Amino acid sequence: MKPAQFDYHDPNNLDGALRLMAEFGDQARPLAGGQSLVPLMNFRLIRPAHLIDLNGVSELSYLKEENGMLRIGATTRQRELERSAIVAQGWPLLREAVSFIGHIQIRNRGTVGGSLAHAFPSAELPVAMVTLDASLILRSAANQRRARAEDFFLSFMTTLLEPAELLTGIEVPASPANSGCSYQEVNRRHGDFALAGAAALLALDGAGAICHARLTLTGAKPIRSHEAEEFLLGKKPSEVVFRDAAQRATENLEQDSDIHASAEYRRDACAVLARRALIQAAQRAAEQRKGKKAQ
Amino acid sequence: MSTRQIRLTINGREYAGEVEARKLLTDFLRDDLGLTGTHVGCEHGVCGACTISLNGELVRSCLLFAVQVNGAELKTVEGIAPNATELHPLQEKFWELHGLQCGFCTPGILLTAEALLKEIPNPSEQEIREWLSGNLCRCTGYQNIVAAIQEAAKTLNSDT
Repeated sequence: MKPAQFDYHDPNNLDGALRLMAEFGDQARPLAGGQSLVPLMNFRLIRPAHLIDLNGVSELSYLKEENGMLRIGATTRQRELERSAIVAQGWPLLREAVSFIGHIQIRNRGTVGGSLAHAFPSAELPVAMVTLDASLILRSAANQRRARAEDFFLSFMTTLLEPAELLTGIEVPASPANSGCSYQEVNRRHGDFALAGAAALLALDGAGAICHARLTLTGAKPIRSHEAEEFLLGKKPSEVVFRDAAQRATENLEQDSDIHASAEYRRDACAVLARRALIQAAQRAAEQRKGKKAQ
Repeated sequence: MSTRQIRLTINGREYAGEVEARKLLTDFLRDDLGLTGTHVGCEHGVCGACTISLNGELVRSCLLFAVQVNGAELKTVEGIAPNATELHPLQEKFWELHGLQCGFCTPGILLTAEALLKEIPNPSEQEIREWLSGNLCRCTGYQNIVAAIQEAAKTLNSDT
């Protein structure tokens, strides 16, 4: 229950952090909030020889809106996202998703980039970022590239990140007009790892038909359901339509079994949560539309 | 083995020490400084017994390395009471209303409750239970913990 020995590095700027990542590569782990990394080290499931602490790299911690785009620094704390008026106003899906992460003590320390880079299957932020069409900025000492959230996650705790690369920031575009979102999750107790989760984002056109649809489910990696999304486009919201969409999203859905739940349970739960998320997103989109008309 | 010198302020007092990089903050507090009020339960961030305040924010001290808090300001359960002879209203009410049985979880719960009442001076039962969700108690069933926090809130609000 105590971590193995390691060398500790605390660079005070991004260039320094990237140089250390280049020097130590897969011998090193970047330390952000530590809420997933340190338990793994305490259990000795991992024994990095070098720990590169990013908490002193102040340029990685920011949260701002620029030209309708939400820009989040990788080491911005989850609690900051939860408390932000900008996020609550423009990106309520993020606020809703964050409220399911652990507990206040965990969110005070846990970071947005850390959760994405760790890519744990039941994690909320990866599912939310895929639903919101977010882009991730990946940097190494030699290079900078961008990845769509949907492409970033490869599998169970596996992402596009190369050993010497750091996730430095996230860009979340504004949601379409007259849109609503919803994050739904089941777990044993509030704050526990999710057994299943679903996020939806829907927008309605002038006639009240669905003109933008995103539906993402938890799995080994976040699973965006293109089939359900295409099915929804042009349809008017109704319980029957959403049940059909949830059915399409989950009939061939791959899920894993473990001590907490079977794959069958997870698939069934995803179908229920997908339907609930779509219904609530449509209600919220309709309220948006009504609110705009009244003005 | 890499070691480092650190200096920090805990409960208003300055401390210094030499720590190995891998030393958890809980172990530094308990073994090196003798501040054994902070308890070690699960050592992987689940139970909340090691909850302390770091620069004003509640954190798990078992998920931090001591080297990370160089220069920081910490508060532990030893720093809750106003002086050596008086109890904090939370401690008073936990005592009066049996907000603890074995007492193992109590330090973390007191820190959480103190931060809660600072942020929300008059919390609803649901808000109290949501904040407490990060602290496991296996004795009380939480009933008397919730009652003690509600009563302490009344005392604190009537004082000001």
